[in-house]
Amino acid sequence: MNKIIEKASLSENIVKMVLESPVIAKKRKAGQFIILKINEKGERIPLTIVDSDVQKGTITIIFQIVGKTTAQLAALNVGDSLQDLQGPLGHPTEIAHYGRVVCIGGGVGVGVVYPVIVALKKAGNEVISIIGSRTKASLILEKEIRENSDRLIVTTDDGSYGIHGFVSSVFEQEVLDKGEHVDRVFTIGPVPMMVAVCKITKLHRIKTIVSLNSIMVDATGMCGACRVNVAGKTKFTCVDGPEFDGHDVDFDLLSDRLRMYCDMEREAYEKHKCGCDGN
Amino acid sequence: MKNISADVMETKETKVKKEKVPRQNMPEQDPKKRIRNFEEVPLGYSEKTAIIEAKRCIQCKNPGCVRGCPVDVKIPEFIQQIAEGRFIEAALKLKETNGLPAVCGRVCPQEDQCEKECILGKKGEPVAIGRLERFAADYERNSGKISIPPAVKPNGKKVAVAGAGPSGLTIAGDLVKLGYDVTIYEALHKAGGVLVYGIPEFRLPKAIVEAEVEYLRKLGVKIETNFVIGRTKTIDELFADGFDAVFIGVGAGAPVFMNIPGENLGDIYSANEYLTRSNLMKAYLFPEYDTPIVRGKKVAVVGGGNVAMDSVRTALRLGAERAMIIYRRTGVEMPARQEEVHHAKEEGVEFLMLTNPLEYIGNSLGRVIGMKCIRMELGEPDASGRRSPVPIKGSEFVMDVDTVVVAVGTMANPIIPATTPNLHTNKWGYISTHDASGLTSRKGIYAGGDIVTGSATVILAMGAGRKAANAIHEYLSGK
Ligand SMILES: Cc1cc2nc3c(=O)[nH]c(=O)nc-3n(C[C@H](O)[C@H](O)[C@H](O)COP(=O)(O)OP(=O)(O)OC[C@H]3O[C@@H](n4cnc5c(N)ncnc54)[C@H](O)[C@@H]3O)c2cc1C
Ligand SMILES: Cc1cc2nc3c(=O)[nH]c(=O)nc-3n(C[C@H](O)[C@H](O)[C@H](O)COP(=O)(O)OP(=O)(O)OC[C@H]3O[C@@H](n4cnc5c(N)ncnc54)[C@H](O)[C@@H]3O)c2cc1C
Ligand code: SF4
Ligand code: FES
Repeated sequence: MNKIIEKASLSENIVKMVLESPVIAKKRKAGQFIILKINEKGERIPLTIVDSDVQKGTITIIFQIVGKTTAQLAALNVGDSLQDLQGPLGHPTEIAHYGRVVCIGGGVGVGVVYPVIVALKKAGNEVISIIGSRTKASLILEKEIRENSDRLIVTTDDGSYGIHGFVSSVFEQEVLDKGEHVDRVFTIGPVPMMVAVCKITKLHRIKTIVSLNSIMVDATGMCGACRVNVAGKTKFTCVDGPEFDGHDVDFDLLSDRLRMYCDMEREAYEKHKCGCDGN
Repeated sequence: MKNISADVMETKETKVKKEKVPRQNMPEQDPKKRIRNFEEVPLGYSEKTAIIEAKRCIQCKNPGCVRGCPVDVKIPEFIQQIAEGRFIEAALKLKETNGLPAVCGRVCPQEDQCEKECILGKKGEPVAIGRLERFAADYERNSGKISIPPAVKPNGKKVAVAGAGPSGLTIAGDLVKLGYDVTIYEALHKAGGVLVYGIPEFRLPKAIVEAEVEYLRKLGVKIETNFVIGRTKTIDELFADGFDAVFIGVGAGAPVFMNIPGENLGDIYSANEYLTRSNLMKAYLFPEYDTPIVRGKKVAVVGGGNVAMDSVRTALRLGAERAMIIYRRTGVEMPARQEEVHHAKEEGVEFLMLTNPLEYIGNSLGRVIGMKCIRMELGEPDASGRRSPVPIKGSEFVMDVDTVVVAVGTMANPIIPATTPNLHTNKWGYISTHDASGLTSRKGIYAGGDIVTGSATVILAMGAGRKAANAIHEYLSGK
């Protein structure tokens, strides 16, 4: 169970894995995620289901190595199995025929926004995708997203590829300033990026959906670790989200809560890197 | 063979000496030592003490203790067996009516149940029924002589159970023994429900729960963990897979917050999160285990139930210098078990009674540093008969805290009702049942435990599992 079927490195620190999980593959919809736990002592971490293959009974995840668990995961190989895999969790993305939609992804968020792009395109929308990364070498899924979009704009922070700049400002310059009407925006990536996009779309009054990456434990609504403030109300990201109307989200609270275990996470990662944790 | 009349003689003899033998104490870890570890606090009776305690029982013809027990455990019978040194038989006698005696012996509120009704309690101290129950069950488990009943002939019917808490484990055990093909679907990665994620190791060692779950597996129960009913599959999909009946025993797992300003600051936990990190994820062993938990120095736990006691005692063991209970009524109204309050006091927990939080204060990093509270006084009795707390005007004050655990209750998780058409719930979201059998508004779907009653007790959840097992058996064998 939960066997790693395929593994590929998409960039220096982003890895793609295909996992055996027929039940989840059959059930999942765009926007949903899984919780995985590598071994007995492991942490439960949430990752988006990027793709699935019902025939083969597999799901695809794409993750960035940021700490101990993702580093351990990246060190596993084809044929290895994960101890625990739970899903699909969260509400699926609300897919409808909106008209012209813009999907904006940054960093590993490009992987998270990819299934949304595919589903929106399938539903008959005109999809403009804007994906960005720090530098050319860390850009992921360009080909796949191009194939599923009516138009693709690529940006890099250092100008090594595509348009030089952040996805948010490029979105403004290349789409809105050119007078193109946009019916809905989906944006997924680092918090500052989602904040920047929401600021722009609020001015233009375009409904904008974000996907939040709160810290989670059970991911079934049992603990409240993932709580966020949306339109003045406490919501649980795992069962009420992970997608919310970006104009209503208290991003400062989200960033603060994401930092809650920083020191301990660093400690765990350092011990892991030097091999002092025994695994 | 033992001579039965000799047994009776022996009982009569001990009866004469009865008055002199006091209720036997159970040795415990020293409070100073135990607040530094997560090992179990009470250490259990020795064989000798168990026999002495068992002999205090006067073997009532019409025993009050049994009337006080929600599942009618044959109390005088098993106590008699202990008195005679037939420990394994005592354990088997317990198991006739209670599938989890090692658990119940530890966590049941005996003082409100069997021991409350024990005749000896009318004048002196009741027989320590809970301690004896624990002794017999532990004896059997430690003896390695746990016998697996011979496999029953499969009857060809399939039953699915959602949730592996006490209610789900009980119904699964009962039905598999009747020949049903039973699969438990559990959302978390471990079976046991509150017994594994909520109640701490120092009160209920996880190895005991694991042994019970293992026993069920040996009986033939299939347990699928990481399986969220309503997400991984819906109840209707289970029927489509060929299940003939479904039992819902998913507990009352959703945390309640007070909705006061600052409650989402960093280092403010729900009790569920705090206890899940510590117990299920073993965060108290971080960094050996990967899940972190904040080790606060000044920890305030809001609430006065068992969950609050478990949280505050966990905080102490995680290194708190001040571990405080903040409760809006007084000690008399506190719903926690006396034993737990007593243990908490011994361990140095501070009790701030008649106090209620109004607001949390954070630092520039968004982490809690203070708690604004108000003093309360007791007013007129409310609907529940308890005197309701009323704030005292102008009594606000601010307390330094660096970690807060909110333990003010739980509610129903809506995942299953939201994904099961025509499954009726009451106004609080708990699943409605027709009667004690647990039958819901939908044919073939039964429910029991906390998801029906709201947060209650282990033994009541087990009782509900048993009643639903009987009802499902009746339903499917008559089909
Ligand atoms: C619904 C959801 C979907 C997600 N999908 C993906 C995905 O498809 N691909 C992917 O790479 N990541 C995704 N994430 C984020 C991912 O869960 C975290 O990166 C992961 O938990 C880090 O674990 P770690 O032990 O390696 O790092 P840790 O040691 O736990 O953390 C290292 C660093 O990452 C930060 N961090 C910790 N937890 C999170 C978190 N949940 N989100 C963001 N940063 C965090 C910490 O603050 C710290 O700076 C998702 C998160 C959620 C809630
Ligand atoms: C901290 C704490 C201390 C307590 N102390 C005591 C005590 O000392 N004595 C006492 O008698 N009682 C105590 N209780 C109460 C007692 O534990 C509960 O009443 C009892 O566990 C309820 O059993 P249950 O079977 O209804 O559900 P639970 O024990 O809540 O188990 C439900 C299970 O269902 C799973 N689940 C939930 N949703 C789904 C889903 N959609 N699909 C699949 N699985 C799902 C959950 O993960 C869980 O494992 C305590 C409770 C807590 C929280
Ligand atoms: S009521 Fe007390 S003395 Fe009587 S049978 Fe029960 S435990 Fe024994
Ligand atoms: S992760 Fe526990 S409630 Fe969302």
